[in-house]
Amino acid sequence: MYVAVKGGERAIERSWDLLAVNRRGDEAFPELSVDQIREQLRLAVARVMTEGSVYDEELAALAIKQAAGDLVEAIFLLRAYRTTLPRFGYTVPLDTQAMQVERRISAAFKDIPGGQMLGGTYDYTQRLLDFSLLAEGGLRACNTDAKLASASKQEPKQEAMPRVLALLDKEGLIEQEKMHDDAPEPGDLSREPLMFPVERPVRLQNLARADEGFLLAVGYATQRGYANSHPFAGEIRHGEVAVELEIEELGFAVEIGDIEITECQMINQFAGSSKVPPTFTQGYGLAFGHSERKAMAMALVDRALRAQELGETVAAPTQDPEFVLYHSDNVEASGFVQHLKLPHYVDFQSELELLRRLRAGMEKEAQHEQQVPHVQQEPSEENAA
Amino acid sequence: MNARIEESATAEGYNFAYLDEQTKRMIRRALLKAVAVPGYQVPFASREMPLPYGWGTGGLQVTSAIIGRNDTLKVIDQGSDETTNAVNIRRFFARTAGIATTTRTAEASIVQTRHRIPETPLTEAQILVYQVPMPEPLFRLEPRVTECRKLHALADYGLINVKYYEDIVQHGSIATTYDYPVLVNDRYLTSPSPIPKFDNPKMHMNPALQLFGAGRERRIYAIPPYTKVKSLDFEDHPFSIQHWDHECALCGSHESFLDEMIVDDAGARMFVCSDSDYCQERRAAQEGA
Repeated sequence: MYVAVKGGERAIERSWDLLAVNRRGDEAFPELSVDQIREQLRLAVARVMTEGSVYDEELAALAIKQAAGDLVEAIFLLRAYRTTLPRFGYTVPLDTQAMQVERRISAAFKDIPGGQMLGGTYDYTQRLLDFSLLAEGGLRACNTDAKLASASKQEPKQEAMPRVLALLDKEGLIEQEKMHDDAPEPGDLSREPLMFPVERPVRLQNLARADEGFLLAVGYATQRGYANSHPFAGEIRHGEVAVELEIEELGFAVEIGDIEITECQMINQFAGSSKVPPTFTQGYGLAFGHSERKAMAMALVDRALRAQELGETVAAPTQDPEFVLYHSDNVEASGFVQHLKLPHYVDFQSELELLRRLRAGMEKEAQHEQQVPHVQQEPSEENAA
Repeated sequence: MNARIEESATAEGYNFAYLDEQTKRMIRRALLKAVAVPGYQVPFASREMPLPYGWGTGGLQVTSAIIGRNDTLKVIDQGSDETTNAVNIRRFFARTAGIATTTRTAEASIVQTRHRIPETPLTEAQILVYQVPMPEPLFRLEPRVTECRKLHALADYGLINVKYYEDIVQHGSIATTYDYPVLVNDRYLTSPSPIPKFDNPKMHMNPALQLFGAGRERRIYAIPPYTKVKSLDFEDHPFSIQHWDHECALCGSHESFLDEMIVDDAGARMFVCSDSDYCQERRAAQEGA
């Protein structure tokens, strides 16, 4: 005898309990602390902060812990928290030229004022599994110099490094990216729905919180000919910048803290026109923490999406703002893909009913045809000949 | 099941019904516009909700914006109050708003639904809130939102008529069985959300206010009470709804939408009302008689 499905409520509660147990894992091992995640999984924390759109290392680490390391789930947790926060105002635009640089490279010039700074990077590690990490030792045979360098981070040092693109700007070789005095306030994607046509500030907001994997794939496609943008990594820099907030009562901006960011400026070709001499164009990427892959992919996609404003043919999906911007958000995408887990009994029943009816109709027709066989058409003499 | 939870039990640190008042005001503005232009999709600044996109965030935001302390809420998914997602959403409001909830259609002042319209007719005192995954009725034919907006502005619905004509040529009938588009107030082509076309006639001249929330797609639309709602068809191929050769195995109804269950390994079937409250009420009445 069929009993109507009941008890969803209890099932959900039991599911929460199981989840907690699974997340904790074997209690023979010490529990992971949020501090450990923040300090030792810093690249994961950076990604969660970037796509979660909140700069808060502790909350991002907490989200990673709660999500058992599922970063997309962690990003969702952070977003759902973010949406409840009040707005105090908007910060003054970051001055990345004044960044306390930890790493800065340019693939366009051999030497640049301020110099190339390799910093800590996986780029030239040889990707051999380091089995000594299995032993959970302290800092292995690492140079005391590096420790010192890392320690000296705290001290105020270096002078501001000019941006590489500013050097090209002096020659007029690169398009100007200066704000007009009468430029409208940029929209705020988290407060207004995405509407088309969409201006670059809103596009960049969308890309900044976009899924890294999605941007990586789309950016990669632009390199393989789906949008022709000839990129050069003009400059990638990573370090700390000050965040300033204009306080209305005071009438001036006050520094409220420092955040770690990664910025990428791509230099791309542009043919120019009969009126405008050829110049380089730019693609821009920015991410919280140390997130070079994300910042670079974002810069590639940003440039591809500028096709229309630069008068290029929009031929590839990578250049199509609707295609890219509507599908870039992993909180949206993950939710909608996984909503297929929800019951669809009613829709499925409707489809079943239709399919059965169509098949019954065809069967009836077939039977009818058997009873009254069609007269075989004799090949005409012309065809036979 | 009329569980009134103490007000002190509402979630600490959160506003009544979760959303802050500013956000609710923004949603109410969109709702007013939606009611003023029946069937027109109004863009709104949908928020991230503590539920995944695609799981009812639009309906959740609409309900959050309209619900008051004296409301009684019913939540159904596939017609049932007991499916996990319905349970989850009902608990969410019980927890964040401390309002009364019910499973009885007649007792509810707000019914939030996914994929069904209750079999029990609604009244002027009720509001039906639909969870909508894809608000654009043309999206399978034209995925570009910008293009679809143009088509709506021009009331150019030729695309869908051609699609249905082709269906008839290929299959002998229109091959859409759920999310069957309707023309609202003789003007806007509108998605009824993925309800079975069986439910479409209930939308026409319904005394209740019908509100639609699509969270991920950031659209709200509405069908005001007593509004003309017409399912697309052709003169020689009039719109028709699903019929079953069976009756409900529990309450014996011939009129309701039936779910099909597979009850043993041999594939034996059983047909039962999808609307659990309707079925329950009928059985209670039969037992009482």
